[in-house]
Amino acid sequence: MANIKLSAEKLDELKAICKSFKNDKGELINVLHKAQGLFGYLPAEVQEVIAKELNISVAHVYGVVSFYSFFTMLPKGEYPVSICLGTACYVRGAEKVIDEFKRILNINVGETSPDGKFSLACLRCVGACGLAPVVLVGEKVYGRVAPDGVKDIVAEYTK
Amino acid sequence: METVKITIDNKVIEVAKGTTILKAAKEAGIHIPTLCYLHLHDLNIENKPAGCRICVVEVEGRRNLAPACVTECLDGMVINTHNIRVLNSRKTVLELILSDHPTDCLICAKNGNCELQTMAQEFGVRKIHYEGEQSTYREDTSPAIIRDVDKCIMCRRCEMMCNEVQTVGVLSAVNRGFMSVVAPAFEMNLDHSECTYCGQCVAVCPTGALTEVDHTNQVIRALADPTKTVVVQTAPAVRAALGEEFGMEPGTLVTGKLAAALRRLGFNYVFDTDFAADLTIMEEGTELLDRLTRHLNGDKDVPLPILTSCCPGWVNFFEHQFPDMRDIPSTARSPQQMFGAIAKTYFAEKIGVKRDDLVVVSIMPCLAKKYECQREEFATDGNPDVDFSISTRELAHLIKQSNINFNDLADEDFDNPLGESTGAAVIFGTTGGVIEAAVRTAYEVHTGKKLEKVDFEELRGMDFIREATIDFNGLPIRIGIAHGLGNARKLLQDIKDGKSNFHAIEIMACPGGCIGGGGQPLHHGDSSIIKARQKAIYREDAGKAIRKSHENPYIIQLYEEFLGKPMSEKSHHLLHTHYFDKSKEIKVVE
Repeated sequence: MANIKLSAEKLDELKAICKSFKNDKGELINVLHKAQGLFGYLPAEVQEVIAKELNISVAHVYGVVSFYSFFTMLPKGEYPVSICLGTACYVRGAEKVIDEFKRILNINVGETSPDGKFSLACLRCVGACGLAPVVLVGEKVYGRVAPDGVKDIVAEYTK
Repeated sequence: METVKITIDNKVIEVAKGTTILKAAKEAGIHIPTLCYLHLHDLNIENKPAGCRICVVEVEGRRNLAPACVTECLDGMVINTHNIRVLNSRKTVLELILSDHPTDCLICAKNGNCELQTMAQEFGVRKIHYEGEQSTYREDTSPAIIRDVDKCIMCRRCEMMCNEVQTVGVLSAVNRGFMSVVAPAFEMNLDHSECTYCGQCVAVCPTGALTEVDHTNQVIRALADPTKTVVVQTAPAVRAALGEEFGMEPGTLVTGKLAAALRRLGFNYVFDTDFAADLTIMEEGTELLDRLTRHLNGDKDVPLPILTSCCPGWVNFFEHQFPDMRDIPSTARSPQQMFGAIAKTYFAEKIGVKRDDLVVVSIMPCLAKKYECQREEFATDGNPDVDFSISTRELAHLIKQSNINFNDLADEDFDNPLGESTGAAVIFGTTGGVIEAAVRTAYEVHTGKKLEKVDFEELRGMDFIREATIDFNGLPIRIGIAHGLGNARKLLQDIKDGKSNFHAIEIMACPGGCIGGGGQPLHHGDSSIIKARQKAIYREDAGKAIRKSHENPYIIQLYEEFLGKPMSEKSHHLLHTHYFDKSKEIKVVE
């Protein structure tokens, strides 16, 4: 028997989320959205529970999780770094900014640093094209970020 | 019936409203090539994700070409299925599919039997004009099935079989865009999933993405080893399908040629799983009557209905999906495993060969049998009762490799004592057969009367869920039959909800039963082939001198010399088994 490990409290909360959508399989995306809000990410255990509650296969749940870039199976860092790859940011060199984050943090996009401090993600237009290229750390917005400014941003959070 | 009039390739035809262009074309005798589309007509199974775009046709007045498999005919439609625009588009689509497909056809397991390869040949593709990255994935080998999804063309047929027909839910399309592929949850290996190894995904895969684990080399090595005595058993459904691999009409019975070929291959003893099927009836039939009698006498601890247990895909299914009901199926092992247990004890003793020097090979229409024979409970001191299980397809390859001209072989008989069988054993190969065989014996044992007629037409057919009541001399026995695991699930759910009033239920994992097994010659979407095999099975039964399991003289001898009586202690040890809870449990940690 393969065991799924979750704390009793979290398990109840997760089941309550499913129930708030009447355990309806058509609400899978909404359930996943809420569950990611609760856990910060969607580990396999959480997907197993959702599959059971909604009476669908885990493979199907994983199919949806792996399809949408919004959903993640990796825990986010304490300071989630997001780099905008919208058209304006892209043409103003966002990719070089990403490369610099990857080099300094020594992680790839979609990963979290081993100490759990930083995670790296890309997103599409945040609606601040005038500030391109834009970087978000948590809720804080940094505009006109150049590759050589990356180390200062990281330093703010490693003091 | 409302109809619409359409013009297709200058032919005016009238079809029922709602008919797709693909079906209308077929009615008009026009062949539109398809790749992802699959329609098992007699089994009511249809896959049309409109994903591959090979079946596109031109509908006058529309800007884009339309996929024929999902586009419904409208009144007055003018359709061109083969003009230059259509032909060029189809070829481009095919080349694009091929641009992300390995070109190792020569050494692919599906070489010569691949729908993509056939199409490339028919379209005359000589150059792939598109070069680019190829998607690559890790290969996944389980005890029965290999997933080489580099060769997956996302037709989604396997997904349809796994989810809609079998309701096992192991396979799903995952990831997106270029990286999308069909895989189990979290892209784990199949042996980490709830896969039953029924092999229906393999049976419908158009390419080499899903194939069986090939054990023919192990068999060849055993045959070449002078220290080993090699015994072979062959399942009932094999004789009704093997001929197809040698160009014979579907439904041709090749029992005699099969025995002859196995002897040419060098097996020391050519036996028949049918013998063990008769033995299964003795044990399972006795268990049925025992449980029935105790239940009718008021013992409420005895659960009814009793469910058959000869199908390993089905056993895997309930161990994963309904583990709390695992006391309901019969404890009788499958014929394959009964055969192995008897061969390695009774028969080994008889011929004075040590267990370790006896190799038992089975020829099965099934891929789950490969997993079944590797189960730990079916081994003694690490030596399995059945050493290797190969499919009907693998046997055909072995015969071809060995320079045996199968079609010209003269009929031969199986060897004794484990080669003698009755008509009741033969029909194990089709849905409804196991329960009919059980009824033939249980009726006579229970009533003490001889059956006037051994054919129970009411149990036969291809309907997915069937029921019948058989009169056991005043005692009505209610029987249920399901084939395809999705239908089995329905019957199981009824039992769980207390809505079932059957005494006995037969379940087979594959649509059609073993004749439609995952190890059989590929039908490529023609379900009339499965029907033809079913007819052949009943023909073989009708032609048998003995048609009731308890009248098999070698079964009688086996009980006299070795087992004692059905459900004896020795029988329990060798011929019965127990089941496991393989479900996932949600465990709470504090």
